Amino acid sequence: MADAVFLALSVLTIGCAIVALEIRSLIYGSIALMLTLSGIAGFFLLLDAPFVAMFQLSVYVGSIAVLILFTVMLVRRELIFNKIEDKRRRYAGIGLMIALMLTIGTIIIGSGIKTMETNSSAIDYKKIGEDFLTYYSPALIVMALILASSIVGALALAKREDVENEQRTD
Amino acid sequence: MSNGLIDFVLVSVALLAIGIYGLAVKRNAIRMLFGVEMVVNSANLNLVAFSRYIPNSQGQTLALFSIAIAAAEVAVGLALVIVAYRMYKNIDIADFRSLKG
Repeated sequence: MADAVFLALSVLTIGCAIVALEIRSLIYGSIALMLTLSGIAGFFLLLDAPFVAMFQLSVYVGSIAVLILFTVMLVRRELIFNKIEDKRRRYAGIGLMIALMLTIGTIIIGSGIKTMETNSSAIDYKKIGEDFLTYYSPALIVMALILASSIVGALALAKREDVENEQRTD
Repeated sequence: MSNGLIDFVLVSVALLAIGIYGLAVKRNAIRMLFGVEMVVNSANLNLVAFSRYIPNSQGQTLALFSIAIAAAEVAVGLALVIVAYRMYKNIDIADFRSLKG
């Protein structure tokens, strides 16, 4: 069964995920999203994967938090606090969420992984580093190229000056 | 280790359902990106949990790749939100319906 640290982490993760979607201010919402992602990093630590946990912290809580906060600050003030949504659509969404949780949850609880336990020792992160530099090195290079090209593309998209004037006519 | 695999998978399912709720209901473009983040992170949690319990190091490797790709996706998504905001002076996705090129 689950221990206390696990329960605290799951309450933090799920609660902050709900807060991130439901709170009025987008700034507080992005901070709550960062708490959710830190909770996921805590789960990675519980799963004996410190390398992935540190990667998650540095990529998500380090860079994406700053990116989202800057984007939120670029948007007009009343849009940050504005909450536009359909009542009926909202209830349908809550129904969809609960239905998804119940269906997938019952399927998983009914399946064989309920009794799955492990006695093996944790995977050494040196093994992951070795894999990255030997077997996965082409994939690593491709990933680096994708990251660089996507950052350049994002900069080129955000820097375009002509989009403002095109739409003024209609 | 007292936590079973099923605990992690159930947390991941809850996070996936919340993310899909956000994607389906919210009309704010930035909040929809929050929903995408939650779905991606629940997938990563699943990968690492299964790689711990099988045990196998490839799950962690795939999770690392997935985190990096998600970072690139968020950068491009936020740039698109900024461009759309400049065009329409709004981040409500109902206003983006005429986004036909």
